[in-house]
Amino acid sequence: MFTTSTHRPLPAELAAVQDEMEARAKDYGLDFFKTIFEVLDYEELSMFAAYGGFPVRYPHWRFGAEYDELMKGYSYGLQKIYEMVINTDPCFAYLLSCNAITDQKLVIAHVYGHCDFFKNNAWFSHTNRKMLDQMANHAARMSRYIDRYGFEEVETFVDACLSVEDLIDMHSPHIRRREPEQRAAASALEGKWTEDEPRVTRFKSKDYMDAYINPPDVLEAEVRACEEKEKERERLRSFPETPQRDVLLFLLEHAPLKDWQHDVLSIVRDEAYYFAPQGQTKIMNEGWASYWHSKIMTRHGVTDADIIDYADHHSGTMATSRNRLNPYKLGIELLKDIEERWNKGQFGPEWERCTDIREKLRWDKQLGLGRQKIFEVRRVHNDVTFIDNFLTPEFCIKQNLFEYRFNESTNYYEIASREFRAIKTQLLNGLTNHGRPFIYVKDGNYKNRGELYLWHQFEGIELRMDYANDTLENLGRLWRRPVHIETMIDDKPHVLSFDGSSHEVQEVKKI
Amino acid sequence: MSRSIDRDLSRFKQIVRGRVRQQLRKYITHGEMIGRQGRDLVSIPVPNIEIPHFRHGKKGSGGTGQGDGEVGQPIGKGQDDADGKGQAGSEPGDEHFREVDITLEELAQMLAQELELPRIEPKGKDQISSQKDKYTTIRRTGPESLRHLKRTYKRALRRAIMSNEYDFARPVIVPTRDDRLYRGWKTVTQPETNAAIIYLMDVSGSMTDEQKEIVRIEAFWIDTWLKSQYDGIDIRYVIHDAVAKEVDEETFYHTRESGGTRISSAYKIAREIIAEDYSPEEWNIYCFQFSDGDNWGEDNKTCLEMLVQDILPVCNLFCYGQVESPYGSGEFIRELKRIHDNFDNLVLSEIADKEGIYDSIKAFLGKGK
Repeated sequence: MFTTSTHRPLPAELAAVQDEMEARAKDYGLDFFKTIFEVLDYEELSMFAAYGGFPVRYPHWRFGAEYDELMKGYSYGLQKIYEMVINTDPCFAYLLSCNAITDQKLVIAHVYGHCDFFKNNAWFSHTNRKMLDQMANHAARMSRYIDRYGFEEVETFVDACLSVEDLIDMHSPHIRRREPEQRAAASALEGKWTEDEPRVTRFKSKDYMDAYINPPDVLEAEVRACEEKEKERERLRSFPETPQRDVLLFLLEHAPLKDWQHDVLSIVRDEAYYFAPQGQTKIMNEGWASYWHSKIMTRHGVTDADIIDYADHHSGTMATSRNRLNPYKLGIELLKDIEERWNKGQFGPEWERCTDIREKLRWDKQLGLGRQKIFEVRRVHNDVTFIDNFLTPEFCIKQNLFEYRFNESTNYYEIASREFRAIKTQLLNGLTNHGRPFIYVKDGNYKNRGELYLWHQFEGIELRMDYANDTLENLGRLWRRPVHIETMIDDKPHVLSFDGSSHEVQEVKKI
Repeated sequence: MSRSIDRDLSRFKQIVRGRVRQQLRKYITHGEMIGRQGRDLVSIPVPNIEIPHFRHGKKGSGGTGQGDGEVGQPIGKGQDDADGKGQAGSEPGDEHFREVDITLEELAQMLAQELELPRIEPKGKDQISSQKDKYTTIRRTGPESLRHLKRTYKRALRRAIMSNEYDFARPVIVPTRDDRLYRGWKTVTQPETNAAIIYLMDVSGSMTDEQKEIVRIEAFWIDTWLKSQYDGIDIRYVIHDAVAKEVDEETFYHTRESGGTRISSAYKIAREIIAEDYSPEEWNIYCFQFSDGDNWGEDNKTCLEMLVQDILPVCNLFCYGQVESPYGSGEFIRELKRIHDNFDNLVLSEIADKEGIYDSIKAFLGKGK
């Protein structure tokens, strides 16, 4: 569908640019899958962007909402997407047809940076490189369910799944935490809602033959076996031994879902895992791509005629703002800083011990290890470890970074500190788990009544209450029994509950 | 090519419209959409519709920024962080709105559904007709401006191929006189229904801005509904205190006079307007009068006479909305109530405050006239 409906060969002019940029990128040691460029008009590009870069996704209104926003932003002149690239093999990259040729050059160079990053960064190593097919497959399955069970029914269920889509364990693709449990356990569980009596095999018989055809001791044994099974189910339903991050997995294994619902939830979970590394490496990925477009363009790509357009575009991309860090800017500057430090040998115990500021300024051991180092960094780090390892006090001062906090009394965000420690802590807090709350499953059989009990690991920021209540409602739709979440309100532990019809907030009394 | 995103977009729009419909009562009584009215579209701010997640709240949240500024300096209410770039909780509270464009026609439909308005049965349907040209046929002759390029080309191409003149190496087609085809028209006669709306408003000192706001909102909805019911609408505005004059829309809503009130002066102007421009045989005439009910005592009798003799017999509907005012006595409605039973097309409504607009519109337009 994809290749037949939208594929157009690249115009000769762009094909030449692509060849040049690809050769330059290879010369610098960038390593990428084959990259296929497509030129799209803004509507098409917005559609792809709304679909997360994929031409075929399952039907859902949120894509339409995203598209509407992108198109409005563009027509009001507020924003513009120049390019998009997706993590697949081969890599697909989309260019905006109305880009000027200078923009196209820059963007193509930028794309090769991303492609190299996708292929080599460790955090992407577990992603499905054939996601294009997988997405189309998801769409086909979803359409089948819509045909069979009705649009609204499926949509409502998808909405509920999406509400908890971020409750995944982002590190789990890299660690085997435990053996996966069998879905059989969950489907056996499903029976419990429909049958009250343990099922025994009773053959049809005449009264006088009954004792022979259905011997009482066999029946009794069967009842016992059923009870055993029931206990086993109870055990399975009960809480995970340690709180479990992957709430979606817990739901897949234990929620009373119909087969199609189970499949829909697993589709949502698969896609969430596919997109997770992109969120984990936003700063590095954009920084890396920007580093390479600027290197390739300024060394080779830019002609006299291009220079103004290039400078304009590049500075636009790098623009900083006081209430939001620009990942492009932070990424490229930090990479450049690392390159410089490793070129000059400004690392290691000797450098750490040195307290003389003048000596530090003059420090240059001419090691020339910079390029090698940043290639290593792009291979092993994600945003959190990147900032944790390489952010320095000097860098914070040079980049004019600060930490801001929300001031409840004025209802404004205010600059809180320019201390290195504070900035770094804040940055890391914001990046860890995408700056979202940590939610765990603590108990799947709360109060021994089959209720679901989640736990918010409090890190100093309270949950947004209206969202939390709405999310609980959606979660209840999946669990089909009352759901709870433990969190902090005004420094005291509280439990928010939803029982299918009403919400409740209770303070937890510590015994 | 139909794109799959259109399917998602139209579903999204459906959901948004559903939301607007749910809260239509709120939108009816608040005037926020009036200022956003375009030619055929109204844009309505609708709270953003999104999928809820567990998220951090504002309390205790913060982030990192880049730039100048002293410690303690406010940097704003925090930008929205749409794609999860990682600043904790820097989303603004509930101020996230999405502009939704809705056609006036659609709005009128929603209004009709919400208020259960009957369709209007226009009078004089058979008497008034208009002629329209519809370009539905093809002719061999015609003015060059109507030449049908595609058909002419096709015909020329077919002729060229048939007569073996077509050269594949040099595919030039020259149409001859015979090839040329023109678009042709038919004249169709259609019944046409027109309506004239005459707004009368008391602008004496006792009508405050708040009362005018109510009138303005109510007039917006009346216009929206009537426009959806008629092919053509004429709207005229009359203001009065002790004397009356016809004004334009802008002046109508923004004039404030002091002095006494003589309602009959406005009736006189309305009568003149009708007599001059809108013959009752051809027009559906609507009068909407808004006042705080204060009138010069001796004038009431004249008013009733004029209404009964001249105005009510020619109007589809005469609606009197009495806006509650801290200064007005509100006695005029009592006068009108005396003749209320005799006239089916006289509608009276008292509007206490903005919340009252809803019921008032329902009373005015619920008659189906």
